[in-house]
Amino acid sequence: MSSSRDLATTTRAEPRLESTASRLRELVAHLRQQRAQLREEWARLITEAKLLTAMTKEEIFAEATSVYDNYVEALETGTYEALQTYARNLSERIIPRGVETHEVVGIVLLLRDVLARSLFAKYHEDFTELNRILDAYEPAANRIAITVAVGFVQERERIIREQQEAIRELSTPVLQVRERLLILPIIGVIDPQRARQLTEQLLRGIRTNRAKVVVLDITGVPYIDSPVANHLVQTVEAARLLGATVIVTGLSPEIAQTLVNIGVDLGKMNTVGDLQGGIEEAERLLGYTVSPTREPATEPA
Amino acid sequence: MQVPILKQGPYLIATVQSALTDDDLKQLRDTLVDQISQVRARGVIVDVTALDVIDSFATRTLRDIAYMIRLRGAETVIVGIQPEVAFSMVKLGLTLEGVATTLDLEEGLKYLHRSAKGKVQEHERRTHR
Repeated sequence: MSSSRDLATTTRAEPRLESTASRLRELVAHLRQQRAQLREEWARLITEAKLLTAMTKEEIFAEATSVYDNYVEALETGTYEALQTYARNLSERIIPRGVETHEVVGIVLLLRDVLARSLFAKYHEDFTELNRILDAYEPAANRIAITVAVGFVQERERIIREQQEAIRELSTPVLQVRERLLILPIIGVIDPQRARQLTEQLLRGIRTNRAKVVVLDITGVPYIDSPVANHLVQTVEAARLLGATVIVTGLSPEIAQTLVNIGVDLGKMNTVGDLQGGIEEAERLLGYTVSPTREPATEPA
Repeated sequence: MQVPILKQGPYLIATVQSALTDDDLKQLRDTLVDQISQVRARGVIVDVTALDVIDSFATRTLRDIAYMIRLRGAETVIVGIQPEVAFSMVKLGLTLEGVATTLDLEEGLKYLHRSAKGKVQEHERRTHR
């Protein structure tokens, strides 16, 4: 990702790079040597801070081990691609289990602190050396924390986007109930984006199904605001330009009021009380007569 | 770019092939209104399937064509407006008030045929001729 690359180029001035690299190597050697102990300490702190409560102790320990190793590796190589991939995989695994953002950020920061403490312990006698080690350690550690947090959030956003997409796909079905007659049942609130999508689907549906009449049933829509109401009226007019008649059914009292308030031209809007009435009206327009005893006449009047 | 006008039975069919300048539109209007009596056409179909944009001048000219042809005793139907075009027209308030529109040429012919049914006798006179 570009964010980590940007950070990488701005961390330290050129001449100090060499010494920073050697200090990081020293640091990594120290962390590898202390691995078991530090990991233990970290896992203990996680449990103590009541983080990752959705996971068992064993799972926490297993994850802690792999995070620890990836963490040290990122410190060593200075590249964050592997860590990024790991963070994404980790997020993919733990998001469905209800792990929150603060927990993920929390455990990474805990690890950073645990490692920093161990550095304090190791270098407490040589203050200048400690300073230099921390100079090397802190930017790298912060970058790791950012990488993991960003990876988690991105994964989360990806899931949310996918779900939104799925909901949107499901939300406006275009159903053909008879030759040249379409029904669009709309359920739930219509926001501007959904209104746009609705228009697109309706106009495209008219084209592909060669519809003459469309029944737009908004029984399941509790209310609409004026921009969306206007949009709806425009959709009806656009459908007319394609040679189709739109019948709107199931207007709630609130929606009726909104439409009257925006001053809709009732000559253009064909409205019927409920879906059944709408379908009957559509059949009438198409010249169908539905009768239980004989075949319906199919020749349009 | 001139718009070819074909005679098909009692109807004139003008199929727009590409984007039209204002002058092209005016010429289309004048030709159609002129020809309608020459060939004794009962209806006119203007096919705009090929148009990606229909602006205010085009809308007004199409409406003028329909009104003028009605005054000359025939009917007009605009066919093949694309879904995106339809919606952007409506957004601009260009709704072709009082002008018949249908999905495509086939529907347009059906529409004219149906609306002509009222004049059955004339129709019969034509078919027996």
